[in-house]
Amino acid sequence: MAIVETRKITKEFDGGAVKVVKDIDIKTVDGEFLVLLGPSGCGKTTLLRMIGGLEHPTSGQILIADQVVNHLPPRARQIAMVFQSYALYPHMNVKGNIAFPLKAANIDKEEQKRRVDWAAGILGIDHLLDRKPRQLSGGQRQRVALARALVREPNVFLLDEPLSNLDAQRRASARDELQRFQHEIGTTTIYVTHDQVEAMGMGHRIAVIEGGTVRQIGTPRDIYEDPADTFVATFLGSPPMNLIPRGDELIGFRPENFHLAPDGGVDSSTSLSFKLTSIREEYLGSEKLVYGELEGERTVARMAANADVPAAEGGEVTLFVDNADLRVFDRESGLRKESAPATIATGSGS
Amino acid sequence: MSIPAPAPQHRRQRYFFDNERVLGPLLLFPAVVYIIALVGFPLILAVLYAFSDVTVGDPRIRGTENFVGFENFRDVFNDGVFRKALRNTIVFTLVSQVFVIVFANVLALVLSADFHGKRLVRFLVLLPWTTPIALGVLGWFWMLDSVYSPIDYIMRRMGLLGPDSMFGPGRNMYWLGKSDLAQAAVVVVHIWRTLPLATVILLAGLSSIPQDVKDAANVDGAGFWRQLFYIRLPLLLPIMAVATLFSLVFTFTDLTVSLVLTRGGPVNDTQVLSTWAYFKGIQGGNLAQGAAIALFLLPVLIAIAIGMLRLARRSEND
Ligand SMILES: Nc1ncnc2c1ncn2[C@@H]1O[C@H](COP(=O)(O)OP(=O)(O)OP(=O)(O)O)[C@@H](O)[C@H]1O
Ligand SMILES: [Mg+2]
Repeated sequence: MAIVETRKITKEFDGGAVKVVKDIDIKTVDGEFLVLLGPSGCGKTTLLRMIGGLEHPTSGQILIADQVVNHLPPRARQIAMVFQSYALYPHMNVKGNIAFPLKAANIDKEEQKRRVDWAAGILGIDHLLDRKPRQLSGGQRQRVALARALVREPNVFLLDEPLSNLDAQRRASARDELQRFQHEIGTTTIYVTHDQVEAMGMGHRIAVIEGGTVRQIGTPRDIYEDPADTFVATFLGSPPMNLIPRGDELIGFRPENFHLAPDGGVDSSTSLSFKLTSIREEYLGSEKLVYGELEGERTVARMAANADVPAAEGGEVTLFVDNADLRVFDRESGLRKESAPATIATGSGS
Repeated sequence: MSIPAPAPQHRRQRYFFDNERVLGPLLLFPAVVYIIALVGFPLILAVLYAFSDVTVGDPRIRGTENFVGFENFRDVFNDGVFRKALRNTIVFTLVSQVFVIVFANVLALVLSADFHGKRLVRFLVLLPWTTPIALGVLGWFWMLDSVYSPIDYIMRRMGLLGPDSMFGPGRNMYWLGKSDLAQAAVVVVHIWRTLPLATVILLAGLSSIPQDVKDAANVDGAGFWRQLFYIRLPLLLPIMAVATLFSLVFTFTDLTVSLVLTRGGPVNDTQVLSTWAYFKGIQGGNLAQGAAIALFLLPVLIAIAIGMLRLARRSEND
């Protein structure tokens, strides 16, 4: 168990031509489940590999358990890692793969067998122990890779999209198992994903990364409700936050914050009204999405499936958003501004 | 449903070569011609000769009266020199291959690491493979010369050779003049010759091990030796087998090294099957016995070839 910290860590490739990670400062809490979330190619894997010691940072420090580990090789860092590509040993069977870290640690045979059986049991692969990796499906390989990481008692787990190849059902249960397991043993875990649902569901905190920098770090609720900039606002949530330009500001609100009637009846001082034109509905079973144009911007509202929208296809409808749900961003920089109700009021639609 | 209109003629021509049944035989044709003309025909001729009584002066087979059954093989085997040559062939090959496997692994490991001047070193390692065998062996011939050997010169300067020294009072080692030294020299030249190819094959094998797998071993706490013996070498094994089979065949069938370096001497102590077949069949004029000697290698080579094909198939299935 340990705290992982990065101090201004930077990674350049090709002699500085490509900057992949830029001045990232992250500090976990002991026993935390920290999720690194970001689009493909934003540098998540590179950051994780630096923490694991597989890549040398160009500058900056990495600390594990309050010790600078920059100069330590991976095996001295007491970490367990699951690779995006699984990286199973192709010539060993599943048992051999899972036991390899234990063998390397010179743990006695009996204990090895006990731990392998335990990890295989947790991940439901006990019937595959004698197979070779090439005889396994993608999902099964992933579970073997997870088992290989679990058998040890590392300081830190580094997991690089370990569930990306499981089918939806298996992924939900694996997510649950992984979370429970992590909670039980309380080992600090850094979990990389580009799946926001996974990130929201699993993380104690989420670090949203884009273009090699941390855009925001906080609890899933913080990040969803109070995004630090327009990237975070639109990266999380599906459909993403609506952004309506007003002067040199952008007004943002979530699709589910649209209401058919103003908050508190006719009192329009606590909510803002917007007119959506040429609307189109999309029925999704438990809910429906109402698309429309709002001052020239594509906008979407999320409503209960049985909500009674008083407009026909292509028509227009007036919707309301509580003032408390509005977020204001600087149009130039995209950064969040402390909401200024005055600005919102002057820009009011109706 | 409507039946699609037949493709226009020019279309069909354009896709003519996309048809595997056309392209396959077409591409194979030159190889088949080559094999029949340059491998198949001489091999059949050699087999015919081995069971006949032809000589260099009269190499025609007229009819059944020219066939003598296994007589050539019997005569050849009863000859002490042949048995010596057979033993030498096997010993030289096995000994040099053991060294080649070990050295090639070490070299490949070193060359796969990152260091300055890596490209230059790789180039130098590959150099012996690119020189014609005969030229390379001539170089060695000079290095091991009985009078002008630079190796002897260096040894003299280091005080290892000459009066009151470790290797005796003589001014020269006479590398190619003493049996054990000459045999060692032949083995060394074989190693020098096949090492580059084996190294390059192993190097390719090493770089085909995914980086993630090596990283995983690192993270899992394996040190250098554990990674070497549990990850790298096992993953390298199939490729190592291919490299070994290749150099086995090369060494087994090699004529040049013994011929140029020692001409089979001293007193036939470095004679191998191919040189003995040459001396007997071409220089001695007994074509039939020469063919019989050369064919002694055939079963061994066929076994090796089958091994190679098996390996190739196994790695295809993986
Ligand atoms: N060895 C390298 N040399 C040059 N560029 C690299 C190297 N490794 C990674 N990159 C670049 O760094 C960027 C970040 O790569 P990284 O693998 O960290 O992305 P990621 O966030 O893990 O993406 P994904 O979600 O697709 O796995 C990419 O643009 C990639 O092209
Ligand atoms: Mg990645």
